Amino acid sequence: MNKELFLQTLRERLSFLPQRDIEERISFYEEMIDDRIEEGLSEEEAVAAVGSVDDIVEQVMAEIPLSKLVVQKVKPKRSIRTWEIVLLILGFPVWFPLIIAFAAVMFSVWIVLWALVITVFAVGVSFVAGWISTLPVALYYVTRGSFAGAGSFLGAGMILAGLGILVFIGGKYFGKGVIIITKKYLLWIKSLFVGKEG
Amino acid sequence: MDIQLKRGILDACVLAAIKNDDSYGYQIIKDMKPYLELSESTLYTILKRLETAEMLTVRSQEHDGRLRKYYHITEKGRARIEEFRRDFQEILSIYQFITREETENE
Repeated sequence: MNKELFLQTLRERLSFLPQRDIEERISFYEEMIDDRIEEGLSEEEAVAAVGSVDDIVEQVMAEIPLSKLVVQKVKPKRSIRTWEIVLLILGFPVWFPLIIAFAAVMFSVWIVLWALVITVFAVGVSFVAGWISTLPVALYYVTRGSFAGAGSFLGAGMILAGLGILVFIGGKYFGKGVIIITKKYLLWIKSLFVGKEG
Repeated sequence: MDIQLKRGILDACVLAAIKNDDSYGYQIIKDMKPYLELSESTLYTILKRLETAEMLTVRSQEHDGRLRKYYHITEKGRARIEEFRRDFQEILSIYQFITREETENE
């Protein structure tokens, strides 16, 4: 890819940013490429050294907060006419619930993910609780002189404790996975506003 | 690594790169290369952050028929390097405390 094409693609893909921000970034990357060419690299090599457009866009998206992204996307490119403001106000009962609904759906997906994690841990806790509850029973059997009964309850308790530990270990990895998924999910929501091309 | 700690280290690194002389983007990346690999996007973010925090100023200067941005450290930027040095001394003494305990336990 030559410099011209690289910068043009980058400019298009960054169009969700404020104009001034785009210009600043473009001139930054242009300077980086020019400096490498000056050092003796070919144009192609210099462009490749700066990194891929995809990576740059993804990093920019990860860095800027969602609220800013939405404001920028919603902000009109030209000034709003009077009748548009009137429409906006009259349409409030329509678009406001829509926004709320969208936010609610996004939020509930997030809640569901974490509810799953909490469920796994709750199962773990109940296994451990089960194990603890076998202890007094085993003790009761000992006082009655029935070591067989005590032994079977202790054994059952051990199985419960083992299951509990396994569930906790599983839950830990599951939780970590959900954190990664949540990050990807946020990136995906952002991309809904940005729109991906190419 | 803790993200706040990493950010502090990167800020201090970039400030150190312009500590003695004003420098420009590619030069900063080259100067830091032996110590840490810095991508263009990351450098841009750091420079922007430092500029907003008034730790450096930016000026455009003509170079070979094109404009190049030079970054100049401010007093606030120098103070940040000093602060980093103090913070790091603190971390170093904590580190020594941690590793000393380890050897005592053995």
